[in-house]
Amino acid sequence: MEKFALKGIRVADFSLIWAGPYLTMLLAYMGAEVIKVESMAHLDIVRRSPPWADNIFGIDRAGYFNTYNRNKLSISLDLHHAKGVEIAKRLIAISDILVENFTPRVMPSLGLGYEDAKELRPDIIYISLSGYGATGPLRNDICYGGPQMYQSGLASITGYPDGDPAALPVFYGDPVGGLHGAFAVLAALRHRSTTGEGQYIDLSQWETLLAVMPEAIMEYTLNGRLRPRMGAGDDIMAPHGCYRCKGEIKFVAIAVASDEEWRALCQAMGMPELAADDRFSDRFRRWKNQDELDEILEEWTQNHTPYEVMERLQRVGVAATPSLNVQEFVEEPHLIARGFWVEDDHPEAGKRILPGLPFKLSKTPGQICRHAPLLGGDNDYVYGELLGMAPQEIQGLVEEKVFY
Amino acid sequence: MTNEALSGLRVLEYGNLISAPYCTKLFADLGAEVIKIEDPERGDEARGLGPFAEDTPHPEMSGLFLYLNTNKLGITLNLRSTTGRDIFKELVKQADAFVENNPPKVMEELGLDYESLSQLNPRLVMTSITPFGLTGPYRDYKAHDLHIWQMGGIGYLSTLIYPTVVFTHRHRSRPLRAGGRQADFTAAMHAAVATMTALLAGDAIGSGQQVDLSAQEAVASVGSEAHVPRWTYAGDLEVGERGWIVYPIGLFPCRDGYVNLFCVDDWHWDNLMKLMGNPEWASQEIFKDRFIRGENWQVLEVLLADWFKERSVAEVYQAARRERVPLFPANTVADVLASVHLAERGFFEEIEHPVAGRAKYPGAPYKLSRTPWRVVRPAPLLGEHNEEVYLKRLGFTRQDLVKLRESGVI
Repeated sequence: MEKFALKGIRVADFSLIWAGPYLTMLLAYMGAEVIKVESMAHLDIVRRSPPWADNIFGIDRAGYFNTYNRNKLSISLDLHHAKGVEIAKRLIAISDILVENFTPRVMPSLGLGYEDAKELRPDIIYISLSGYGATGPLRNDICYGGPQMYQSGLASITGYPDGDPAALPVFYGDPVGGLHGAFAVLAALRHRSTTGEGQYIDLSQWETLLAVMPEAIMEYTLNGRLRPRMGAGDDIMAPHGCYRCKGEIKFVAIAVASDEEWRALCQAMGMPELAADDRFSDRFRRWKNQDELDEILEEWTQNHTPYEVMERLQRVGVAATPSLNVQEFVEEPHLIARGFWVEDDHPEAGKRILPGLPFKLSKTPGQICRHAPLLGGDNDYVYGELLGMAPQEIQGLVEEKVFY
Repeated sequence: MTNEALSGLRVLEYGNLISAPYCTKLFADLGAEVIKIEDPERGDEARGLGPFAEDTPHPEMSGLFLYLNTNKLGITLNLRSTTGRDIFKELVKQADAFVENNPPKVMEELGLDYESLSQLNPRLVMTSITPFGLTGPYRDYKAHDLHIWQMGGIGYLSTLIYPTVVFTHRHRSRPLRAGGRQADFTAAMHAAVATMTALLAGDAIGSGQQVDLSAQEAVASVGSEAHVPRWTYAGDLEVGERGWIVYPIGLFPCRDGYVNLFCVDDWHWDNLMKLMGNPEWASQEIFKDRFIRGENWQVLEVLLADWFKERSVAEVYQAARRERVPLFPANTVADVLASVHLAERGFFEEIEHPVAGRAKYPGAPYKLSRTPWRVVRPAPLLGEHNEEVYLKRLGFTRQDLVKLRESGVI
């Protein structure tokens, strides 16, 4: 049976950095043929950013690039060159999907906007993932997935109650845009399969982030209040937080959702009398007195490792897990048991452990079967086989720095 | 011709809180028919979580529930009763996809796991969203949003010394949680992509399939942008120990708020210096390029901070837009709701609900030119569509319905 759900779907991928690439990564894992259009003339900043394999600089040695671009093909093509644009058009004409995440003025100014693309390929599904969307006064402003966390207000509800707004330690605006974009593209593919129609999708990363923070937005639109920052706390659960453990900078996350769990926790800590303590006798009281509660919990957790706490508490039905540092994460027995990690073998970067597929489909699982492309590594296949150019023609365009 | 991308698609949801409901909301908002099944007594737990309209805790007034369940049909059904399970199986026979986020053993104990349901409907796509997946040693472990964030490798990164959080707590902190419930949303978004992929594959392979969505793995995939390659490529256990990679990136206090500066490329820096009137110190060797600035970020931070603290957010932001400097206001949600840009794009959607009243909700996360995102109905009241589904769809009589209600099945 076919292992790849999206086999036969071709994607012309003009996207850079991370939002668009996360989208096309998901499609590529599921078997779409993703052709990444790149150029030395305007090199993706992720190729120019660390971590580099063994800390040695190289545009094919960049760890993040090599993570998010596996299964994709790369062509080098300078779109500032008139001939480059013509060749991009030929690629679009044989593609099902076009993905780009420039500011909205860029693609139309190159003659590669949706209106142009649909002349070349009437049923194309064309998605623009820009910071602010294709319309509105901010549309041509600079934007990145990191600052989006501040601009959306997500940072305003992250961090400590008495501290500054805090961004999440990942540039979360990018994958959130990419994931919503992937869903929209797949929905549009279904529409195309039933009607034969392609379409244009305008996605604003800012808006996709707002779509995943309803607690804060509805608090404001319903009650005119700003949601507070809560550290690792919760609206109703207590205890709920990360507690210091034995060892250097080790933490365990514990949350209690019911009286039953609370009694089980007290037993497991060897403090059954605590269950009867008036300060903590129901959910409301525990929440109200959570600071005191946290101190008591930590006196116990700091004598144990995070894994000891997890095992002891999970056995009695209390939610507890370590807070993993990256080494522990990569060595995590559960993820290993599920076969999550994959060993990538990259011609420049060598063998490295990288994350695997983010979901398991039982019949069309997909597979990560190819390392991230070298810049222009698939020129021969795309220009020669797909676009039918002769070797001399390709060579000539290399010399003219169209393929650069 | 239809103008809804997913019209004709039938999705069943037996979900709770965030992950399954947001996954199926994405389907419902593009035109799929989503039937949400709730327990007659308890309902979706999100009904019990705030924020509540008018600060009134009431199962029909939770803003969280209202947002997550737009456009769905809501029925009550007790899957713990034999009759309830039989009715559920009838619904499964008519469905294209079934999305649930119960602990793995719950569906097995009910006899409603993929093995059983696929026999009734071989074309069914069944998506199970669980904290750790359906296999492996932790499969039955309990975990909430907080834990998934920690087990996906992201939470711990907040303990490191981050120059992005200046002044007030540049020290090791405890692991944080992301604002709201981002681990749950991350799982939901991946589940929606996976489910849609499986549905598209259906025609080619002539069958449905099972989607095993581990929230931990979804968060791990998103978090790898910050952690895994840093370790497996460069051997760095800790971000920030060697200083910042490129600079200036960070949060800077102004007179009346904060701005976030994000100069990752050299031309950003050039524009920033122009904005600041090309101060003399900028030409020093220690600020020569983005990496050297990263090594010397502590020196630079003080110089920049002095400049920002004298100015207002609006003044700096306006100048930054003009000069194309990546500098952004650190907004509150109030600022976002007041945004002229978002208003012009019509992002916030006014929705009228029979009990909770009228309110603004986050609207379309994408604009599809031919098959637009739209709201046709607010979130369902508990059991609101029982008659529609049981009478019209499954052919029960009104008397049956009374009996089913009396016996606690619906």
